[in-house]
Amino acid sequence: MDNIIEAKDVWFHYQSESFEEDAPIKEVLKGVSLDIKRGEFVAVLGHNGSGKSTIAKHFNAILTANKGEIIVDGINAADDEKLFDIRQRVGMVFQNPDNQIVATIVEEDVAFALENLGVDPAEMRERVDNALKDVGMYDFREHAPHQLSGGQKQRVAIAGIIAMCPDCIVLDEPTAMLDPIGRKEVMKTIKKLNRENGVTIILITHYMDEAAKADRIVVMDSGQIILDGTPKQVFKNVDLLKEVGLDVPQVTELAYGLRKNGIDIPDDIITEEECIEEIIKIIEKAGK
Amino acid sequence: MAIIKTEDLTYVYSAGTPFEKKAIDNLNIEIEEGELVGIIGHTGSGKSTFIQHLNGLLKPSSGKIFIDGTDIWQDKQTTLATRFKVGLVFQYPEYQIFEETVYKDIAFGPKNMGLSEEEIDKRVRETAKLVEISDEQLEKSPFELSGGQKRRVAIAGVMAMRPKVLILDEPCAGLDPKGRDRILDKIKEYHEEQKSTVLLVSHSMEDVAKIATKILVMNNASIVCYDEPPKVFGMAEEISKMGLDIPQITKVFNALKEKGYHIADDVYTVPYALKKLLAYLDNKGVKGNA
Repeated sequence: MDNIIEAKDVWFHYQSESFEEDAPIKEVLKGVSLDIKRGEFVAVLGHNGSGKSTIAKHFNAILTANKGEIIVDGINAADDEKLFDIRQRVGMVFQNPDNQIVATIVEEDVAFALENLGVDPAEMRERVDNALKDVGMYDFREHAPHQLSGGQKQRVAIAGIIAMCPDCIVLDEPTAMLDPIGRKEVMKTIKKLNRENGVTIILITHYMDEAAKADRIVVMDSGQIILDGTPKQVFKNVDLLKEVGLDVPQVTELAYGLRKNGIDIPDDIITEEECIEEIIKIIEKAGK
Repeated sequence: MAIIKTEDLTYVYSAGTPFEKKAIDNLNIEIEEGELVGIIGHTGSGKSTFIQHLNGLLKPSSGKIFIDGTDIWQDKQTTLATRFKVGLVFQYPEYQIFEETVYKDIAFGPKNMGLSEEEIDKRVRETAKLVEISDEQLEKSPFELSGGQKRRVAIAGVMAMRPKVLILDEPCAGLDPKGRDRILDKIKEYHEEQKSTVLLVSHSMEDVAKIATKILVMNNASIVCYDEPPKVFGMAEEISKMGLDIPQITKVFNALKEKGYHIADDVYTVPYALKKLLAYLDNKGVKGNA
């Protein structure tokens, strides 16, 4: 199978800020192995400090492993010479939209990376226009970024990445600072890029409802992967998820509570529709 | 008497320019002392503009604000005194930490109030304890702390001033579920201990529902409603149209009601939903093992 990213037994610790020679090393990643298939939509969950952002920063070589290796589209991420190739294949979007915008006009911001890469102006025009259309911000191409909402800024940041035609986009809590409308816009954009353009998506999030929309969920705790599967498989583990400081969708929790009380309802409910349907089934069955 | 009262409060941004925009329009509200009010509204609804009026950071274009019965703009002294009476914690308050030690940072506000050393020390330690910052951490540089800890320190800095009204703008933004619940718990504890008035701005009805005694909904520069949580959640559909998130569980119970299965109207937390649903099922003859 074609993997866009392969992590093999990755260990990582940050440089100690202490001046003491024998300051203990705190391992942030403790042997993470993970394959991401081309075209997959993977959500990564974990509480603060679980290592989820740290592993994500390995995927486009912002950080390099102390031990183990990361292979991006067949290229070893530890190879300094290949840094540009890796960054072109894997783009990264961060949490704070205000920290990612550099230009004073939306379309110039989207073109920024292309200018650095020396892309031909005619092609640049086309790529910038297409990227802005993909995220639904084409009409705002001549606006100043400060006139945009948080969700719109975040979509401009995504457009800047798409313009580089990456195979994979890593988004580190892209909706954490947005309001519900902004969140919806960004999630819609991400899903569209995945389904229609075939871009591999790695979404780091605290929102369980966003994770429920992915093909696959990876849960991290203390620098290790503790769960990996479809949303239905992962959210079944209500107790374990709560133990590591995470939530499950409310409907999953409700079904879990019903089961605990001896009511027969499936343990893999993750959407509102399923929940409504199953509750009605139970009520109707009783009526007969 | 109401601790906060506004009379026809209106604020216009960039008045007299093509960008003129009414951010709040003729607001009249009275908030009783001791309430824990959740303020919800989507971006641009006017909620941040509203709270910035309450401690005199913004001056109304027209209308009046009374804190504790006094017009806060009646003279300069009153306006300044209001800043101590009404404590405002901004969004991402951890970016405003600047002192060398956690202790000094929490002490900054009380010091400015001209309190005695002893009183300052007492308040710093009490507040630190409340937000679970240890004595050892008090001596550390704030920049050695984690994001969640820094936020608790920044909030403690305002709490230590013991304002009659504490206002927090999106205190849970960007935190993980555990960090979010912890901050909400601390705010609730503070509210119960101090018996003061607390206003909490949020996008998330779910967060607000966990602790608020009243909910204030804002939309289009106006107040849509100000009522107890169950009543506000009863208006789920209208609120959803304003671009606010309704808890998933509320949506499920509303949909069930539409399909003719009326279980309860005011569901917004899972434990309550479970209780109501089990009772409903029990009534229908579905028996669990409990």
